[in-house]
Amino acid sequence: MTEDKSTMTPQQFIDELRRYQKGSVSRRHFLGVTGLGLATAVLGGAMPGLRPRKAHAALSGTLNFTTWPNYFSQENFDNFTKNTGVKINVSIFGSNEEMLAKLQAGSTGWDVFVPTNYTISTYKELDLVEPLDLKLMPNYDPAAQDPRFLGPGTIDGVTYAVPKDWGTTGFVVNTKNAPQNPASWKEFFDLAQGDLKGRVMVHDYQLTTIGSALKYFGYSFNSIDEKEMADAEKLLLAVKPNLFGIDSNYQPSMRNGDAWMSMCWTNDAAQLHRDIPEMMFVLGKEGGEIWTDHYAIPKGAPNREAAYAFLDYILTPEINAKEVLAHGAPSTDSRTNKLLPKEMLENPILYPAAESLSTLEFGAAATLTSPLRAEVMARFKAA
Amino acid sequence: MSDRQHSRSVTALLLAPAGVFFFFLLILPMIVVLVYSFGERAEAGGYAPAFTFDNYLNLPARSKAFINTLTLAPLGTLLTALFAYPMAYFLAVKVSPRWRVTMLVLVMAPFWTSQLLRYYAWILILGAKGIPSWLAWIGIDDVRIINTPLAVLIGAVYGFLPLMVPPIYVSLEKLDKRLLEASADLGATPWRSFLQVTLPLSLPGVATGSMLVFILLMGDYILPQFLGGGKVYFIGNALVDLFLQSRNWPFGAAVSIALVIIMFVTIFFYMRFVLGKSGQRRVAMV
Repeated sequence: MTEDKSTMTPQQFIDELRRYQKGSVSRRHFLGVTGLGLATAVLGGAMPGLRPRKAHAALSGTLNFTTWPNYFSQENFDNFTKNTGVKINVSIFGSNEEMLAKLQAGSTGWDVFVPTNYTISTYKELDLVEPLDLKLMPNYDPAAQDPRFLGPGTIDGVTYAVPKDWGTTGFVVNTKNAPQNPASWKEFFDLAQGDLKGRVMVHDYQLTTIGSALKYFGYSFNSIDEKEMADAEKLLLAVKPNLFGIDSNYQPSMRNGDAWMSMCWTNDAAQLHRDIPEMMFVLGKEGGEIWTDHYAIPKGAPNREAAYAFLDYILTPEINAKEVLAHGAPSTDSRTNKLLPKEMLENPILYPAAESLSTLEFGAAATLTSPLRAEVMARFKAA
Repeated sequence: MSDRQHSRSVTALLLAPAGVFFFFLLILPMIVVLVYSFGERAEAGGYAPAFTFDNYLNLPARSKAFINTLTLAPLGTLLTALFAYPMAYFLAVKVSPRWRVTMLVLVMAPFWTSQLLRYYAWILILGAKGIPSWLAWIGIDDVRIINTPLAVLIGAVYGFLPLMVPPIYVSLEKLDKRLLEASADLGATPWRSFLQVTLPLSLPGVATGSMLVFILLMGDYILPQFLGGGKVYFIGNALVDLFLQSRNWPFGAAVSIALVIIMFVTIFFYMRFVLGKSGQRRVAMV
């Protein structure tokens, strides 16, 4: 093969992207050297749907975006606003149950939200989400998605949500303060009542908090069996007085040194480990959760056009790669993965070994609406 | 139309906006809450019509939240009053009138930034790198403040001081200085004058301020959420969880009704005793 200066490897691309993100090079340099500027101009001219100014001329107002803590690239959002004139108003939630409650109550004013795999069938049943018109988001390519994660968003052949990224639920340990080296949920909950008294956090979220307590006993993460739930509740009530806190936004407390161990999602673990190397991510050896978050548009979204424009923008591989670099949850899109640096694709936090994945379970829809799950969580918090 | 009839219709006309407001935004919603409290949780969450007392029978499941709120809210109010009184006294009696307005404005200044932002700041002040690390420096190790009831009390005093100071200030400011002169002429020490003249006459201000702070603390959920970190649980948090997580609206409605009744009874007796007493005292003093 001849050396062609006009092409670049994904690695080179990411290096340039990093330089641009850090502000070492200008946007013009970045677009020029990567060929993206030219490509965009050509593509933009050739594809009517992508012609930025004209297509976005109709857009205005605000896009209300509802998501999880520490879960997007501000730079991407700023650029969307710059290109379209649509301001993005971000709301942060701590649990899918909270999102469902708001949507059930009605009039949320949300345009795009980020539901997790196990909730989508319920949203569809309750008629709370809009079937997506994929023609309005040409940058999304179902064929490029990892087929493992395509199931939950598509119901009876209709797409209600598109995968954003995936990850696992384990726990993060500050190994400098907590050298005990726990490897299982059993050790997690035992340490929380023992050596790490007052230093451990759990999520303010029934699925993971109850699910992980169920794993302590070796039960299914998704159990709604009364006897098994009673065991989990007993464990949680015993642990409660010894916890540092119950919060799904645990990064501030972990960074501040108040908490030394916390239930943790892939993306938070990646961010914490990146900034503080002694923060280690552990998948409980009994198992736990594997999840896929999705983008969806609620029924009656006030700024539907902007919502589609946003989905189309954010699912563009180059933009999506910047999202992944910012939040650290692995993408479901193979086109995006090609743009990511090798060390990221080899990071065991993001891509755990296949054998540790095999014990993990996807959340089950029944846990979302189970009154028992809801009441056990509420009793645990009120104890 | 007689003058009397005329004045009556004017009164009715002037009260109409408030009446409509209270009917639609207070009484009607309370009726809805009451009706819901006898219902059942719908299958996917929410409300399903029914007539059951189960929600009220289940109230003991939230007893810890009621106990927490009913101890920490009065305690927080008391502490706030103890901090506010000297401040208000200083402003009303010691500070020259020229500086009074400026200083009153400074008392209110924290209200100009978001409450959430201020509580976030307290998370850092009370967290491991804040006060505990200074204490460790002088040899007092392993002090935990954040996510304890103490943190919530500190937040309450800080957050509600600006609401407590002005009413006390007003009652102290309009205090007739001649009463103090008379008290001194009759041989009372300054301390005795304070206890028997100033304090009783300023009690209505203390009562008003305390009422404001107490009502807000009883229904608060942000303060315990931020500085209690899920470990100090108020009725407000129980309500948020019931409506926004468990989606058990009927039980949430029953908890609300219980809270309203507790508030009503507490405030009724508080008004009777504190306000009633100080009113009588005032007459007796003069």
